[in-house]
Amino acid sequence: MPDSPALEITGLVKRYGDRAVVDGLDLVARAGQVTAVLGPNGAGKTTTVECCEGLRTPDEGSVRVLGLDPATSARDLRPRVGVMLQDGGLPTGVRALDMLAHVARMYASPRDLGELTERLGLGSFGRTTVRRLSGGQRQRLALAAAVVGRPEIVFLDEPSAGMDPQSRRAVWDLVRELRDEGVAVLLTTHLMDEAEDLADHVVVVDHGRVVAQGSVGALLAAADDRTLQLQASPGLDTAALARALGDGLTVDEHVAGTYAVTGTVTPRTLAALTGWLAEHDELATRITVGRRTLEDVFLDLTGRDLR
Amino acid sequence: MTATTTHPGAAPTWRRVLAQTSFETRAILRNGEQLLVTIIVPVLVLVGLTRGTFVDLDTAGESRIDFLTPGILALAVMTSSFTSQAIASSFDRRNGVLRLLSTTPLGRGGLLAGKVLGVLGVEVVQIVVIGLTAVLLGWRPDPAGLGLALVAVVLGTGAFTSLALLVAGTLRAEAVLAVANLALIVLAVAGGVIIPASRLPGPLEHVALLLPSGALGEAMRETLLHGVLPPWSVVVLVAWTAALGWGAGRLFRWH
Ligand SMILES: Nc1ncnc2c1ncn2[C@@H]1O[C@H](COP(=O)(O)OP(=O)(O)OP(=O)(O)O)[C@@H](O)[C@H]1O
Ligand SMILES: [Mg+2]
Repeated sequence: MPDSPALEITGLVKRYGDRAVVDGLDLVARAGQVTAVLGPNGAGKTTTVECCEGLRTPDEGSVRVLGLDPATSARDLRPRVGVMLQDGGLPTGVRALDMLAHVARMYASPRDLGELTERLGLGSFGRTTVRRLSGGQRQRLALAAAVVGRPEIVFLDEPSAGMDPQSRRAVWDLVRELRDEGVAVLLTTHLMDEAEDLADHVVVVDHGRVVAQGSVGALLAAADDRTLQLQASPGLDTAALARALGDGLTVDEHVAGTYAVTGTVTPRTLAALTGWLAEHDELATRITVGRRTLEDVFLDLTGRDLR
Repeated sequence: MTATTTHPGAAPTWRRVLAQTSFETRAILRNGEQLLVTIIVPVLVLVGLTRGTFVDLDTAGESRIDFLTPGILALAVMTSSFTSQAIASSFDRRNGVLRLLSTTPLGRGGLLAGKVLGVLGVEVVQIVVIGLTAVLLGWRPDPAGLGLALVAVVLGTGAFTSLALLVAGTLRAEAVLAVANLALIVLAVAGGVIIPASRLPGPLEHVALLLPSGALGEAMRETLLHGVLPPWSVVVLVAWTAALGWGAGRLFRWH
């Protein structure tokens, strides 16, 4: 079955009380691909993932993991599915490597522990009790536990949260390698660069629904392609600047002294901008013209309000 | 047990459960507070009550040590199968450990089996340590009752582990900490464990015999002093196990 997806979620609904935190969500993840789920806090990412892991029971809709229903085929799925929970779930009273060895014992042919320890740099704290590990160290251990059983699909809920840049790189390398081995990887993240670098497929979730999805390239292309950023002294008259730029462009000062110009940015826009600055005797410290980032697209899709 | 054939990625069931059993046993014996409650306190109570004369005991013609040791063993069973298990499981539940382990091939069933067997593992250590201490203090149990006493231990473990899982799966971890310690003390003093139900004042005597603590204490004393397992204790312990196990199965929340 080369074409049947590793994960297929259709019309998933999960309610707490009468509030639907997942509200008709559809999602497909394929073997040999990294699928990144993005969404603001409380969007329903963890709830969705936990429905796939058999930890929560959906109220409506269907979930198929490797073609099976996690609610009824848990026994068959457990050896084939790797799980990294957002809130950890590691036993706290044991040493880090003892804990990993214990999880490995549940599988018929686990990965080589030495190699995994090396790759994720677990050796330096292997004899420390889990309770005493730092946040990033715990994350690395939890990731190791998720992949130690050679799963066909892994669910990683914010795998690189709290990790230093070195660890994050090690995690990304491991994720890419899993993908190349044909594993389906579903991860949630708030790191836009993580999604941009890693994901073959990005799914943006808000209020329990998918609001956009596609490859990073497709998501960026769908939006206005170019952006212009200006750094100068704070408090410039943005309305006046926008009028000077014309072409229906808008100017926002989200952070004091940093201005974003949105709309269709052309070479003429740049000339108009520098002209306006000269007129007002204002020396810009930095002007950047570039592609919009995934973060820009994300903020457009999900708004700027705090959840 | 067809796990080996139908679930190729998983280790065989017995290996998973064995791994979890030794993991649980080691976790308890490595934890200072758990060690204190399950081993050190019972031994201290045994030595204190046997050697100290500050508590007046009517031992019905038996030596002090012969009379006390069965009750101390019953108390020890309660500490490992109830107090320590309830506290450990409730914190595991709060920290997501139960959820994470249940996503591995161990599953929920294997996790519970490992917990129950882990308790039995701790009890082996308890019985050896307390038994040897008692023998050194002059304990001479009825040889005919040794096997029957082990049956009583298993029955008591069933009832108290079910109770432990019921509270651990329904209450907050902090509440379990308080409840489990308090219940242990109340049952130890007034539940017919160390002091036989028949010596308790008024209606408490009849109440204690209906409690799993009183039934276990009675069973341990009768087997180790007289070599007989009282049927009433068996009935009470099996009934509690069935009721509490049913309740735990229905009400246990994994998160
Ligand atoms: N057991 C529960 N009872 C009630 N509400 C819950 C429960 N679990 C989650 N929620 C609510 O469901 C919503 C979605 O939560 P979820 O954890 O899925 O969000 P998320 O997208 O993973 O967020 P984050 O990015 O912060 O991890 C939140 O508003 C949360 O408060
Ligand atoms: Mg989450």
